[in-house]
Amino acid sequence: MTKEAIDMPQKGGFSFDLCKRNDMLLQNGLKMPSFLKTGTTIVGLIFQDGVILGADTRATEGPIVADKNCEKIHYIAPNIYCCGAGTAADTEAVTDMISSQLTLHRYHTGRESRVVTALSLLKSHLFNYQGHVSAALVLGGVDVTGPHLHTIYPHGSTDTLPYATMGSGSLAAMAIFESKYREGLSREEGVALVAEAIRSGIFNDLGSGSNVDICVITKGQKEYLRNHMTPNPRTYVSEKGYSFSKKTELLSTKITPLRETVVVIEGGDAMEE
Amino acid sequence: MDPTAGDLNGEHSMGTTIIGVSYNGGVVLGADSRTSTGMYVANRASDKITQLTDNVYVCRSGSAADSQVISDYVRYFLHQHTIQLGQPATVKVAANLVRLLAYNNKNMLQTGLIVGGWDKYEGGKIYGIPLGGTVLEQPFAIGGSGSSYLYGFFDQAWKADMTQEEAEKLVVKAVSLAIARDGASGGVIRTVTINSDGVTRKFYPGDEHPLWHEELEAQNSLLDILATGTPEPMVS
Repeated sequence: MTKEAIDMPQKGGFSFDLCKRNDMLLQNGLKMPSFLKTGTTIVGLIFQDGVILGADTRATEGPIVADKNCEKIHYIAPNIYCCGAGTAADTEAVTDMISSQLTLHRYHTGRESRVVTALSLLKSHLFNYQGHVSAALVLGGVDVTGPHLHTIYPHGSTDTLPYATMGSGSLAAMAIFESKYREGLSREEGVALVAEAIRSGIFNDLGSGSNVDICVITKGQKEYLRNHMTPNPRTYVSEKGYSFSKKTELLSTKITPLRETVVVIEGGDAMEE
Repeated sequence: MDPTAGDLNGEHSMGTTIIGVSYNGGVVLGADSRTSTGMYVANRASDKITQLTDNVYVCRSGSAADSQVISDYVRYFLHQHTIQLGQPATVKVAANLVRLLAYNNKNMLQTGLIVGGWDKYEGGKIYGIPLGGTVLEQPFAIGGSGSSYLYGFFDQAWKADMTQEEAEKLVVKAVSLAIARDGASGGVIRTVTINSDGVTRKFYPGDEHPLWHEELEAQNSLLDILATGTPEPMVS
């Protein structure tokens, strides 16, 4: 029997070529790798007087929670905020960049920024990077033309919607919105609905968790409700604090605060050459 | 991880069914409203018929990002062209601007477009611009994944010199047939009619589509039962 070694082109469907090898590895004690996820649940909705944005506060590094209380609602302009899902560095960098560009634009035009301006800037930046800047955003704000809510995907496509969800918890949050959203919600109803949608993501999605952040934007005013809800408190804290084991002999103690205190002098002299 | 959710940050494509039909006096453009990422419907009420000028619209299919960027550029060029020309742009010029972008960037773009409109020189015109950047002036054009199910239908049902009502009915019927068979098309049916009088937008929600073979009547949402307060307890 001759052995043939031709590379067959992939026909689709399942390939079981590596099953025997995997079984052998498991028997030899290898731990199967776990999957990685970009966590987050971010939502936005339009209510009677403006826009409400919501986000969870968990930042993950693979299976580890890197930050239990991070801020995912980013400032773009006094009247425009943006929730970000995907790679944290990308969302942070792209929203900061567009926020700076808009500040310069405001000085140039002398007018309040418009949401569609932020939208166009974000969309063209993300399209230019063809999806490699992994930032999925929910952009909301109120300007002279009224309240606006947009979603922006990493490849640069945008949608304009009355309610939107993004991130790994978006399906859980969208289920809540699709069943309970209606037009003309009041502020209390809107905040309650957004909080419920984020909680749904927090409890049903592994990549989302900790607290609920909310931002309410109306004409001429914004309210950033940081940690509006904390449904995951740390229930037990040991009273003893940290102590060394019995056999350790404590020789000396030196405590160095990590931040130096800085003294600020008001009205000092100008620097001279 | 739920296999149906796919990659939620993946490339957005509009599965889509898009149609453009010309009649005696203008054109009717029609589209579904579903934008999907893998198996998840990212937007169930998108507007795929985008304005380029007052008298020219474009139906977008394929990659959402690519088609949005092309429409934005062409709208910008047409605006400048209109100022320089001193009168409304013709449908032919709009279609050719779209074609220049689609053909010259064919390796990087994945979008099929149908440009339709009315101008005073040629009347109502439809131009189909599929992947690759060909421009083809046609009495009617279909595109998107759902169009596969409509080639036979149009061969039989389309005829020259229809009235506006006949053309609109044909477009709505065709989109609803495609929605019935294509998983990547769905939602509502949007139509835009363009003629010498201007532009009219129409909207047909899901429960107003005609029903086809084995399709069931639209049920009232079970949420209405929940809203009444005392749902029937489940009995096994």
